Amino acid sequence: MSMFWTIWISVITLGSIIGCYFLLRWCLANNTGVKEGESMGHEFDGIIEINNPLPKWWTYLFYIVIVWGFVYLLLYPGLGAWQGLFGWKSSNQGILTLEESAQARIEAKEQGKLVQYDRELDFAAERFDPIFAEYAKVPVEELATNEEAIKVGQRLFLQNCAQCHGSDAGGQNGGFPNLTDNDWLYGGSGAKIKETLLLGRQGVMPGWIDSFGEQGVDEVVAYTLSLSGRDVDQGLADRGKARFAACAACHGMDGKGNQMLGAPNLTDQIWLYGGSTRAVTETLTYGRNGVMPSFKKTLGEDKIHVVSAYVYSLSN
Amino acid sequence: MSDTSQVTPDYNYKVVRQFTIMTIIWGIVGMAVGLLIAAQLFAPALNFDVPWLTYSRLRPLHTNAVIFAFGGCALFATSYYIVQRTCQVRLFSDKLAAFTFWGWQAVIVLAAITLPLGITSSKEYAELEWPIDILIALVWVAYIINFFGTLVIRKVSHIYVANWFLGAFMLTVAVLHIGNSMALPVSFTKSYSIYAGAVDAMMQWWYGHNAVGFFLTAGFLGMMYYFVPKQAGRPVYSYRLSVVHFWALISLYIWAGPHHLHYTALPDWTQSLGMVMSLILFVPSWGGMINGIMTLSGAWHKLRTDPVLRFLIVSLSFYGMSTFEGPMMSIKTVNALSHYTDWTVGHVHSGALGWVAMVSIGSVYHLIPILFGQKGMYSTKLVNVHFWLATIGVVLYIVAMWMSGVLQGLMWRAVNEDGTLTYSFVESLEASYPFYVVRFIGGVFVVAGMLVMAYNTYRTVRAPKGSFASADAAAQAA
Repeated sequence: MSMFWTIWISVITLGSIIGCYFLLRWCLANNTGVKEGESMGHEFDGIIEINNPLPKWWTYLFYIVIVWGFVYLLLYPGLGAWQGLFGWKSSNQGILTLEESAQARIEAKEQGKLVQYDRELDFAAERFDPIFAEYAKVPVEELATNEEAIKVGQRLFLQNCAQCHGSDAGGQNGGFPNLTDNDWLYGGSGAKIKETLLLGRQGVMPGWIDSFGEQGVDEVVAYTLSLSGRDVDQGLADRGKARFAACAACHGMDGKGNQMLGAPNLTDQIWLYGGSTRAVTETLTYGRNGVMPSFKKTLGEDKIHVVSAYVYSLSN
Repeated sequence: MSDTSQVTPDYNYKVVRQFTIMTIIWGIVGMAVGLLIAAQLFAPALNFDVPWLTYSRLRPLHTNAVIFAFGGCALFATSYYIVQRTCQVRLFSDKLAAFTFWGWQAVIVLAAITLPLGITSSKEYAELEWPIDILIALVWVAYIINFFGTLVIRKVSHIYVANWFLGAFMLTVAVLHIGNSMALPVSFTKSYSIYAGAVDAMMQWWYGHNAVGFFLTAGFLGMMYYFVPKQAGRPVYSYRLSVVHFWALISLYIWAGPHHLHYTALPDWTQSLGMVMSLILFVPSWGGMINGIMTLSGAWHKLRTDPVLRFLIVSLSFYGMSTFEGPMMSIKTVNALSHYTDWTVGHVHSGALGWVAMVSIGSVYHLIPILFGQKGMYSTKLVNVHFWLATIGVVLYIVAMWMSGVLQGLMWRAVNEDGTLTYSFVESLEASYPFYVVRFIGGVFVVAGMLVMAYNTYRTVRAPKGSFASADAAAQAA
């Protein structure tokens, strides 16, 4: 901030407060030309005003908050670029990139003047990281039998994962998988679950309307539904089977899916985006894009380890 | 009381009558919408799966209706009345007065149509889109010209303190509305603010908090300064106190906005400054309460018989309470607990229902007999019933929100030994349910009171002139 703005801010801020102080002083004395306790001599629609002095306790209160205001503005940032005697900052102000932020943190640490946010992060890391480091030493599958760890993992799940997957981890329609049914898009081993959480996943089902046409989509839908034993128009499904070769590249000839690609099993009556004819037609026509975000930066590897154990415990 | 004016000027009561009646009607509408969305918070099915009735669209309709329709009409009615009576002169222009009435009603109707349709600028308390914003600005300028024009042609030497507050309210609201609503239109129903990022947030809360400070505080203090001494039949306690607290209030309030943005991307210096000014503001705010309540000294016995005076004095108590609570909540440490919780909602309603609504209702009860040629209301008993319904309703509302708010704040910050949060958000919501029900019951009391008022007003207005005695006379007869 330039010197101009600091002066500008200081002048109008302190000017307002000092102005209030002088106003108070001026009104404490009787400058009205009327004796105290008597009418001011004006009358408005029958209303008159008495020249009573200001209540003492109220005046003292006013002085106290004015003095307090000056002290606070001396100790803390407030008057433009003035940093305050305490040198307190909530965060690194005016930082534009993560790199700048990391750099500012290193410099502040060397000078022993961390901003409040970084101090709190350090405090939390010092206190809580060892707990999670201990958990991280145990393999996910084994940690899933540790009741304490599961409780911790569940709490992390409720705050970070429940928004999409539900408080009971039962998932919801629209691409948020149920995590309790032991049906896995990308694999259900401890290591695979952890990988999903760490790096995130991007599920892409392309749209087929351009290559199949409406009729073609209907045929493939019929065949797809028949894979899980649904009653369909057999003629339609037969023609769909011929087209299914295009789908088999990901879902396999038998439609049982491929966890390497995250291609769902189409034979088990579990549907990520709904299993009605209409929903499956929609999926085939326009395709679907599923995104599981990466939690590496949000939670860190050790906490993800504990969440993975919780998720693993839900179906094992 | 001295009676100096021999000939009563021919005041323009028509516009005052119009705004007074609409105050009651919009009060019922706005509060009823509030009641519906309060119910939706514990029974979400009450949006009937209709997009126009969802919480997100009705909430801005509720706030706009109670602040600008109910509160706005009350301010128009009382300011037009006060400025004529205390200047001893008819309004500067009847045509402008009629324009402000019909223009303001048009704004309200447009708001009631566009907000449920989801047409919004998404700025809190300034949701209306740009064509309506322009209409508001035109009406407001006409209002200012009419009010100040009347002050210019006044027949008394001084300007009464109520008019200082009303004038400050009008001028500042014009600056706030025009400053914050600046936008680039992309179509007739959509525009984008010319401000971006943290600047936009700062502008929004500079506007937002001063909508509270000038619309809901300065304006209603003007109302208070006329109707409290008038209803009590007592002189204003201290002229000097009114000078100090007026100038201190209007010069400090304008700084307070950043306390809505504590712990956000707003620079530290702005946050601290907003907090310091908010805290100092506490004392001048109380100046108004002291001056109002002390005006009653020597007339306390009137509270026993006059429910209208009760409304006015209880409103001042709520004013004092919320102007103490507000500065406390602006302290960053307190704000860390209270922000984003129902505590804020409770605070706002102790101001809006306790102060703004009660002082308006008291003033309207004072006005209606005068405007419609009666000496008193149809039933003083019903005024009293309304008083108790309103008081019980407000207390239930505020207490429920305090408890719910503090509970939420504590649950959100509770941390386990391993550093994980103890409660998920849904758990804090579940814990709030009983309080949402209590809040709804409080709202039922408040709306019921407004319906009683509407009935009482209807009977008063429809009766032949001179049918009812004043409350004092009725009390003596009994």
